[in-house]
Amino acid sequence: MSNILNVSPSPHQQSPETTRKLMFGVVIALAPALAASIWYFGLGAIIVTLVSVISCVAVEYLIQKFILKTKPSISDGSAVVTGLLLAFNVPSNLPVHIIIIGAIVSIGVAKMTFGGLGSNPFNPALVGRVFLLISFPVQMTSWPIPSGFNTGYTDAVTGATPLAIMSEGIKNGETVSALMEKVPSHMQLFYGYMGGSMGEVAAIALILGGLYLIWRKIISWHIPVTILLTVAAFTGILWAIDPTKYADPLFHLLTGGIMLGAIFMATDYVTSPMTAKGMVIYGIGIGVITVLIRTWGAYPEGVSFAILIMNAFVPLLNMYIKPKRFGKEVKHG
Amino acid sequence: MLKTFPKGGIHPPENKLTADRPIVILPVPSQVTLPVSQHIGAPAVPVVEKGTAVKTGQVIAQAKGFVSTNIHSPVSGKVNKIDTVVDTTGYKQTAVVIDVEGDEWVETIDRSSALVREITLSPEQIIERCRQCGLVGMGGATFPTHIKLTVPAGKKCDMLIINGVECEPYLTSDHRLMLEKGAEVLTGISIIMKALGVDRAVIGIEANKPDAISHLTELAKAHMGITVQPLKVKYPQGGEKQLIKACTGREVPSGGLPVDVGVVVQNVGTAFAVYEAVQKNKPLIERIVTVTGKSVKNPGNFLVRIGTPVTALIEAAGGMPDDTGKIVNGGPMMGKALAMTDVPVTKGTSGIIMFPAGVSKRAEVLPCIRCGKCSSACAMGLEPWLISVLGQKGMFEKAEQEKITDCMECGACSYTCPAKRPLLDYIRLGKATVIRMARERVTK
Repeated sequence: MSNILNVSPSPHQQSPETTRKLMFGVVIALAPALAASIWYFGLGAIIVTLVSVISCVAVEYLIQKFILKTKPSISDGSAVVTGLLLAFNVPSNLPVHIIIIGAIVSIGVAKMTFGGLGSNPFNPALVGRVFLLISFPVQMTSWPIPSGFNTGYTDAVTGATPLAIMSEGIKNGETVSALMEKVPSHMQLFYGYMGGSMGEVAAIALILGGLYLIWRKIISWHIPVTILLTVAAFTGILWAIDPTKYADPLFHLLTGGIMLGAIFMATDYVTSPMTAKGMVIYGIGIGVITVLIRTWGAYPEGVSFAILIMNAFVPLLNMYIKPKRFGKEVKHG
Repeated sequence: MLKTFPKGGIHPPENKLTADRPIVILPVPSQVTLPVSQHIGAPAVPVVEKGTAVKTGQVIAQAKGFVSTNIHSPVSGKVNKIDTVVDTTGYKQTAVVIDVEGDEWVETIDRSSALVREITLSPEQIIERCRQCGLVGMGGATFPTHIKLTVPAGKKCDMLIINGVECEPYLTSDHRLMLEKGAEVLTGISIIMKALGVDRAVIGIEANKPDAISHLTELAKAHMGITVQPLKVKYPQGGEKQLIKACTGREVPSGGLPVDVGVVVQNVGTAFAVYEAVQKNKPLIERIVTVTGKSVKNPGNFLVRIGTPVTALIEAAGGMPDDTGKIVNGGPMMGKALAMTDVPVTKGTSGIIMFPAGVSKRAEVLPCIRCGKCSSACAMGLEPWLISVLGQKGMFEKAEQEKITDCMECGACSYTCPAKRPLLDYIRLGKATVIRMARERVTK
């Protein structure tokens, strides 16, 4: 009996799931969309992704090492995920220095100032993205047209996104049916053949990743499904009222950042509600605000803003939306 | 679809290594140590002194008050000393130490193995017999059985639920008992039904014990009103409130007792003990203990006399593996870690698990990422992340509003946390303080 026994309160076993494994799971789920980006946008997608991931990780490491003087926690993988998501949310021809600025804002401002992983109220990648959109409006809205794997980096041919074509056209009094001729078909949209942020285009790849996340139980269906249903319902009502002025729901679901936002951005643990009921309210809010911005706002796309606005309501939702307690209502079977 | 409780729950690896190991009777040790508090309630008062000769089954410490119970000598011999010892919970308490001489039983105990099915005692006599025989809940909570069988005035009980769930990983003592002593368990259930005056009993068994389900279903055909309910494997289904919900759909109110919804729950081990007490006049002097662990040479289920040192059990299982880093008394989810092995088996010892050093230490704690997995896992519909922080920060009034006292400390939250946060540690801290505060309010 020479063993020295450890003593600690129960439970004496822990689940094999760890923060790092969850983050790595998200990276795996993002892989199909990354592959699609490289397929459509070529070299640019690779450069933007590498620069974004490396600078996000580096910024976190440097801040922890030299400013906070704490043990760097980059191995938890959260900075890698932020880096990937930031890359997914910008055009594939974005110059390197702008990406680095985005990383500094994402990690430095939106994450570390609040205390690092778990303490940030707003989605870091989206804060970085919106900062760049406002600061570099030209570079952030010159979307490369998918032209295959051999596409260069900053010299890629650019064009407008389907949403921008639709938004501009409707403002100029064109009918939706006429505009539909100018945008890719629904099938092309589903496969991702359109201009846009590098990771948001391929709906099929994003849905694949989303199914993986749900299967691995990394996320629940509540947030993505409610967002998509809300967008479909809201745009469906508008479309039913006047199909010449409003695009059909499927067009809305397949364009812009809605898939990326619903599946990967809005489901960020730290900045989304913790109860199923809260998630549904949050999802409805994101869906409604997105459609409001797309239909009547100054920007053709509003997913990023919608998620950030609803991020602000998360503490409130967590405080007031409680799970149903066991034994609250006495029932006789 | 198998029934289960609807809210929360987890499914840790089952690791029922000893499910196929028949119960082995362990030889009587040379010395037993009997703490006077092996049950919930007031410690029993010793009625023997140093040098007193005792027989197997003789009362050595008497119940003090209603919420207490007798303790019997599980061996024959001479009282060596009455001393302070450390028990399995790590606390010091008074214990009677007996040196074993032979194995001479009290004459009134029927030691034959013949099954006695006919129940001759009246309900009152049954309850009195349980009290005399020192019966406690064998699932680990060790609440005196005679109290549970006494339905409080004004309450009505219309059914009995028997807990054969054994949802804790590793443990198999109830499983083996159902397989090997099924007829006795069923008679025990009939006895409890008579004591409670109910005509319905449901045995809840998880689907990972198909042999026990089919065996008891077959045997139950000969017993009026007893049915077996197979349940989906989910922890903590052995929690009383969860088991009642799973079997009947009834929901015990917050702060209430099962009898508030007309149910009494007893463990299969308790049903067996009731059978032995009522039909054989045999007090609670032995129990089945699962001794197991992944590196244990000869894990098994052992029938041992209460008071046997844990070291004897470990020896019987092939000795302590060299890589042992932690020994747990009970299941891995709710059991207590032993600081030393020189402690006695008590009425509540359901298992001894030896964990290798590698898994015996907790993983590094990382920041909460608000994934909400703890809330999803909580079978009581609580928010462990929140009440844990409230407990840690000393915000006890708020913790009380958030129903911290509903927590049954099953550990599902701490288990499931990907950041490995010690959620339950701080919840316990908060819960204990809130209960104390509530008690002070009442006395003021």
